[in-house]
Amino acid sequence: MKAITVTATLGAVLLAGTIIGFLAQADEFTKKDQERWQNEYMAVVQKGRALWTSAELGTKGVACAQCHPNAANTHPETYPKFQQQLGRVIALREMINWCIQQPLEGKPLAFDDPKMIALESYIAYERRGVRMDPGKH
Amino acid sequence: MNDFRLNRRDFIKRAGVATAAAAFPLSVVELAFGAAQDKFTFAHISDAHIQHVKGTEFVRNWDRGLIRAVAEANLLTPKPDFVMFGGDLAQLGTKEELDHGAEMLSRLRHKTYCVMGEHDYYLDLGEYWSKLFGPHYYSFDHKGVHFVVLNSILTYDEWTYNRWPTARQRMLEMAGLDNPNGSPFMVGEKQREWLRADLARVAKTTPIVLFSHSPIQKLYKGWNFWTEDAEQVQALLKPFPTVTVIYGHVHQIQYNQVGNITFHSVMATAWPWPYPQSYAQAEHAMPKLTVPMNRADPFFERDATGWQFIDMDTGRVMMDYNLYNNTSRVVAYNPATRQPEDRVYQDPSKRIPPQDHY
Repeated sequence: MKAITVTATLGAVLLAGTIIGFLAQADEFTKKDQERWQNEYMAVVQKGRALWTSAELGTKGVACAQCHPNAANTHPETYPKFQQQLGRVIALREMINWCIQQPLEGKPLAFDDPKMIALESYIAYERRGVRMDPGKH
Repeated sequence: MNDFRLNRRDFIKRAGVATAAAAFPLSVVELAFGAAQDKFTFAHISDAHIQHVKGTEFVRNWDRGLIRAVAEANLLTPKPDFVMFGGDLAQLGTKEELDHGAEMLSRLRHKTYCVMGEHDYYLDLGEYWSKLFGPHYYSFDHKGVHFVVLNSILTYDEWTYNRWPTARQRMLEMAGLDNPNGSPFMVGEKQREWLRADLARVAKTTPIVLFSHSPIQKLYKGWNFWTEDAEQVQALLKPFPTVTVIYGHVHQIQYNQVGNITFHSVMATAWPWPYPQSYAQAEHAMPKLTVPMNRADPFFERDATGWQFIDMDTGRVMMDYNLYNNTSRVVAYNPATRQPEDRVYQDPSKRIPPQDHY
């Protein structure tokens, strides 16, 4: 009797799981979902802001925010663009690494390093509302 | 060095042209502002942000900026009557930073005066700075001009005395330009009363030049391009027809005219700052009169930094920005329009693409 109950319960759980699976439609989400996703993004923005204002990325105590308060003068909306000083088209993350290596005298980040994603998230957030303008110098 | 000699020849040449060009309006100036003043020049160096790493190591880049300004100011011909240092000698107000900065400044072969910056102040509230440089605010007379130096980077007592568990944290909170935990700068009532008494002894025809670290006008609060009691200080200056305020802090070229007061900012020797209009979320009141400096090229480490020499003909300021990787700029009071104007770029048709900040 006990074994039958367990089997029945398992069956119900599996069935429920299948139904929920069907119900979670790809293109359906709620305001609550959007809030959660925005909060996930903002948590990474906050990590980016913390890195931006700390000396952690360099070796001499210099922080990104010293020259770029509120990430101003980083122009994320213009990348990828021809970086005239380097003579080729680059992504913003290459300039982030340039700054980490030169004024901050630190080690460059891998392009998919969570710290790099956090820095990009913060820079983009401070630039929200500005229209895309790739290639602009 | 050759480049710099050329700049100085240009400066002397420009000064000559300026005098000739101003010949007619000059008589108006004399009528309006009393006796012609003795001509003299002084130099202004600001915002060195000397930053201690550890032991005897300091951030090389910022050191180089100040060393260069001092070396060049020592070569000036005509010899300036004095040098003003505009504040933020240190980055975090430590004894090491102030000592190292003072040692570099001591190589100046001219009488040197200093303004207090927030980076000098908020560790020990200016105590060690005072040992090196003297009082936080003062005035002096020189060849018919009354010079005033204010400490404009004070703030609310609650913020200064009660909010932070340690002096170091207080310093760090104020050191972040865009830190929302910071607090607006102000001159404060005590100093305003001192200024009122100081100016009461000065004839109204005397040209006044006031030095502060923060702008005594409200441009953008988010980065403290701002002085909370700016209007009250401006009111004290109102009875004087010829007033110039020269300030640091902003690490960029700014100039403005507010009633009788001509405002000029000075460059930093350490690093440039963006204009507030480059921050998409900022609501600012930047002077429309200002033709911005060129956008900084980070691949030239001294670009968009520099220092300035100032010609005090007629009690008005001709500000010559000596820019390290750009053509020098001259901003001078135009008696015809009664406002400071760039000698080359003021006309909108003369602007160049690097002056476009976004």
